[in-house]
Amino acid sequence: MSDGLRKFLAPTVFIIGIIALWEWAVWYNDLPDFRMASPSDLIPRFVQFWDLFLIKSWETLWRTVVGLGLAVVVGTLIGMIMGFSRFAREGLYPILVGFNAIPKATVVPIVALIFVGQHDFNTVLIAFMISFFPIAVSVSIGLSTLEPEYRDILRSLGASNFTIFWKIALPKTLPEFFGALKVAVTLAFIGTNLMEIVSPHGRGLGDLFDSGRISGDYPLMFAVLLALAALGILLFYVVVALERIFAGWAERPQ
Amino acid sequence: MIELREVSHAYTTKAGPLPVLDNLSLQIPENSFCAVVGPSGCGKSTLTRLVSGLMRPDEGQVWLHSELVSSPRPTVGMAFQNPVLLEWRTILQNVLLPLEIVRSPMSKAEATQRAHHLLDLVGLTGFADKRPSELSGGMRQRASLCRSIIHKPDVLILDEPFGALDAFTREDLWCTMHDLRAEEPFTCLLITHDLRESVFLSDQVIVLSGRPAHAQYVLEVDIPGKRTLEDLYTPKAVEMLAELRRQIQLAQGRTAPEPAANPAPAAAPVRGPIPGAMG
Repeated sequence: MSDGLRKFLAPTVFIIGIIALWEWAVWYNDLPDFRMASPSDLIPRFVQFWDLFLIKSWETLWRTVVGLGLAVVVGTLIGMIMGFSRFAREGLYPILVGFNAIPKATVVPIVALIFVGQHDFNTVLIAFMISFFPIAVSVSIGLSTLEPEYRDILRSLGASNFTIFWKIALPKTLPEFFGALKVAVTLAFIGTNLMEIVSPHGRGLGDLFDSGRISGDYPLMFAVLLALAALGILLFYVVVALERIFAGWAERPQ
Repeated sequence: MIELREVSHAYTTKAGPLPVLDNLSLQIPENSFCAVVGPSGCGKSTLTRLVSGLMRPDEGQVWLHSELVSSPRPTVGMAFQNPVLLEWRTILQNVLLPLEIVRSPMSKAEATQRAHHLLDLVGLTGFADKRPSELSGGMRQRASLCRSIIHKPDVLILDEPFGALDAFTREDLWCTMHDLRAEEPFTCLLITHDLRESVFLSDQVIVLSGRPAHAQYVLEVDIPGKRTLEDLYTPKAVEMLAELRRQIQLAQGRTAPEPAANPAPAAAPVRGPIPGAMG
C-alpha cells in the first residue's frame, strides 16, 4: 500500500468501523433517542441546522484559536523565564502546578462574574487558562536541559545570550514545543466549550448543545459533540502541518 | 602562544571549595601542538574553559599572544567529545555557523568555498547538504572539526574530540588532524586520555598531576618530518609512551597515597582509586 493511500484509508476505515459499531449497539440494545442517539439520527439534525452548525462552529473555532494563540505567547514567555532562571523556575513551578490543579469548570462562573457581559473575552480567557500550562512546562524543560556544549560553541566565539537563544535554544526546543501544542489544542477546545456550556450566552457550539439540552433534542446534542470532535481534529492537523514545516528535522528517516 | 601563569582555580560545592588547578603554569609556543593528559577529574576540561575565556581563574593569568584573556574571543576554535551539530541545519550550514557570529573578511561565496574545501579535506565530500542525523559518529566529529576552524582561528582547543570513537576511526582522524595542520598553522591545545594520541599528534605532552593539578611532567616529542602511524611503534616512541604511563600512574597516586608508583614498566600497573569525575 502506498504511503498516501494508507494515510487516507486507515483513519477512514476506523471511523466507519466505530460509527457502524455505535449504530449497531444502539439498534441491538433498542435504546430510545433520549438515552442514546444513533449516528443515523444525527444526519437529519445536521441537514436541518447546517447553517447554525457553520456559524456556531466558526464562533467556537476563532475563540479557541485566539485563546490558544495567547497560550502560546504567554506559555512560551513563562517557559523562557523558567528555563533561563533557576530562581524563577523554583518559584513558579508550585504556583503553576497549583493553578493547573484547579478545575477550570469552577473558574468559569467566577470569570463570568468578574468580566460580566464580556462573553468573547471570557471564553478566550478560559481557553487560554486551560491550555498554557503544557506549553510553559515544555519550553522551560527544553531550555533548561540544553547541553552546556551547545551554549559553549557559540559562547566561546563571543556570541550574546540573545544570539545563543535565537540560533540554538529556540530551534532546539521546537520539537518539545510542538508536542505540547498538540496537547494544548484539545485542551483549548475544552476550555472554550466549558465557558459556552456552563455559562451560555448565545454563541458557539456550546450554546447549540445547550439549546439541544433545553429542548430535549438528544440527537442534536450528540451532533454537536461530533462537530466538536471534527473541529478538534482539524486544528490538531493544522498543528501537525506547522510542526512538519518548522521542526521537520526532528523526524528521523524511517 | 598560549601561556598560563600560576593559575589556580576552585569550584564551589556543597562540601566546600573543591580546588582543581593549583599553581599551574605552562607555555604552548606559537603554532605548536600541545596535548594535556592526566588522571580523570584532574581539571583538564577546566583548563580548556580557562584558555577559551569561558571562565576566569581564581588566581593567576591566562595569556594569548601576550594579551590577557578575560572573555571569549573570536580567534579561538573549539571542538568537544560531543560533536554538538545542530540537527536542524545541513552539514554545510553547521560548518558555517561560527561565521554568523564572528566578523570575517571572507565573503559568503569564499566562506562556502572554504567550507567545501575543509569538508573535502576531512573526507566528507558530498555530505554538505546532508543532515547530522544521516551521518555516523565519526563523520559528525569530522564536520565538527571543520566548524572549529572555518573562521581561521589561531588557537584551536580540542576537548577529547576523538574519545567516543572506535579505534580505527580515531587513527583516521589523527591523520586528518595532521593534514589540517599542514594546510594552515594554528596553536593547538588537545585534552586527551589516549597516550598514543598525545604522542602521535603533538610537539609537547604535558602530564597533569592529580587534583588539584599542576604541570607534573613535560615531554617534548621529537619525531621529525611527516608522521605516520608506524612512528608509534619505533623504540623511541615506545619509550616515550612508557614514560608517560609512569607519570600518569604517579599522578594517580598523588591523591590517594597507595603503595608508591612502581617504576618497573613491565610489572602490573599500580593504580590509586580515581577521585570523583570532574571533567
